[in-house]
Amino acid sequence: MVEISQTASAIDERHTARPNQQPRKPRRGVVVRVERRWPRPVILGCQFGILAGILLWWESGARAGWIDPFFWSQPSAIWSAGVTFVTRWSALYDTWFTVSSTLIGFVVGTAGGAAIGLSFWWSRNIAEIFEPYVIVFNAVPKLAFAPLIILIFGIGIASKIALSIALTMVIAILAAYSGVKAVDEDLVRMMYALGGRKYQIFFKAVVPSVLPWVVSSMRINIGLALAGTIVGEFVSSKYGLGKLIMYAGSTYDMSLIWVGIIVLSTVAVLMYGAVSRLERVLLRGVHASTG
Amino acid sequence: MPSSGALTLSSMTHVFGAGPEAVTAVVDISIDVPGGQFASIIGRSGCGKTTLFNIVAGLLTPSRGRVLLDGEDITGRAGFVAYMLQKDLLLPWRTIIENVVLGLELSGVSKRTSWPKALPLLQRYGLGGFENSFPSALSGGMRQRAALLRTLLCERDVILLDEPFGALDAQTRISMQEWLLGLWKDFGRTVVLVTHDVDEAIFMSDRVYVLSPRPGRLKSVIEVDLPRPRSRSIMTSGKFSQLKERCMQLLFEDDPAPPTLN
Repeated sequence: MVEISQTASAIDERHTARPNQQPRKPRRGVVVRVERRWPRPVILGCQFGILAGILLWWESGARAGWIDPFFWSQPSAIWSAGVTFVTRWSALYDTWFTVSSTLIGFVVGTAGGAAIGLSFWWSRNIAEIFEPYVIVFNAVPKLAFAPLIILIFGIGIASKIALSIALTMVIAILAAYSGVKAVDEDLVRMMYALGGRKYQIFFKAVVPSVLPWVVSSMRINIGLALAGTIVGEFVSSKYGLGKLIMYAGSTYDMSLIWVGIIVLSTVAVLMYGAVSRLERVLLRGVHASTG
Repeated sequence: MPSSGALTLSSMTHVFGAGPEAVTAVVDISIDVPGGQFASIIGRSGCGKTTLFNIVAGLLTPSRGRVLLDGEDITGRAGFVAYMLQKDLLLPWRTIIENVVLGLELSGVSKRTSWPKALPLLQRYGLGGFENSFPSALSGGMRQRAALLRTLLCERDVILLDEPFGALDAQTRISMQEWLLGLWKDFGRTVVLVTHDVDEAIFMSDRVYVLSPRPGRLKSVIEVDLPRPRSRSIMTSGKFSQLKERCMQLLFEDDPAPPTLN
């Protein structure tokens, strides 16, 4: 105690508080268990096994009568409905209609939203003026506008694209705006001091730093663009997978509904995969960590 | 020695805010750095170092006082003084060479002119072989070297450094200080270093400006008449210790005396 008071004058000895000096309980420690990893084929086998089990249980249930095939259909019926669907000439066109509307809505919505979000960097005042509109537009259930949008844009592809844009744009705006707000102020100031003009700083520093934010919104947006298109097709359409599902539902063709859902899911997975790949390509330039 | 690059701060005062909540950051600071000199500003936290830095960099217009560069009034205008912070602020998506030529690129110099200019400098100043690496592949010291070269390459007469080596470990810092002295000799620019490290200030500078805190006032100017070129061995010399002693005394003399105990 005496030594402490001599060396550290910042300690006020008039106070009697001291660290707890009582003997502690003995420590017991924890054994960290690491799960042993199974070989890849075993994992794959289990995954296929589960799928096969579900299908088998469904089919046998429908045949034995404890699943009502009128409502639930059954794998064998879905398979034959699928074959009929694929051999009919409109199958490809319906799929293409939905995919193209989704992709156009996705690209226009994401790019347009990113451009609007990025433009908020130019003026804090403008950004502040528009912020409540963006927040409200984000909160509004845009799908509720579907009947209105169909009336304005017609029952063709334009209305489906419009719905997809409505859903995706606000997400991209918010993502880009968050990115803009996260741009390092010190970096911007330093670039001014190095003699940069505002447009140079925008293209050389702001756009590349915001890119990862926009890219991260793309995975959400590809799903939303598909949802917008499908809802548009549900409300009123001549073509598309959504229209197919709606038609099948109104004629109690449960197998065809399942076919529509399966094709739609396949398309969704493929587009998600493509976007993930695009994401990697775009981020390669930004997060370049390997020389 | 180039005669250009003389930096003068005349009776600089800055107050943040207004009314009863106004905070006075710096009061009546006058500093005169001749062209080509190395000057340091030291002070404890709250002495307005950063405010002073921002004023000289032209990022902040002072309440009163002027910044003169070779007699020309540059108060409140950025782009005359290049600076560097503790953060290297390298763009992660650009290679080292692309980062280093950024200043030239922003002033409209083409790649064809800037790269041949920058590449030999990267070789000379210890970044050879890293020109095509990305900043994330480099150590903190290397990144600061790149940041400093970027600052020096943009052809300003005055270079302002704010704790440039503050985030580095003690050994790396010393080698970076020697490296910076070499660069300073080669480039012949006026350098103003803002730091809290007394050793660093004395080791590098011709003159050390000591500030007192709350509000920041110029307390004293110490002329460092150690011979140049300096190597790190000078840091253990008697002359160095005397200067350090004086700096420490100036920095800590306002502290309340330690309570007497028995």
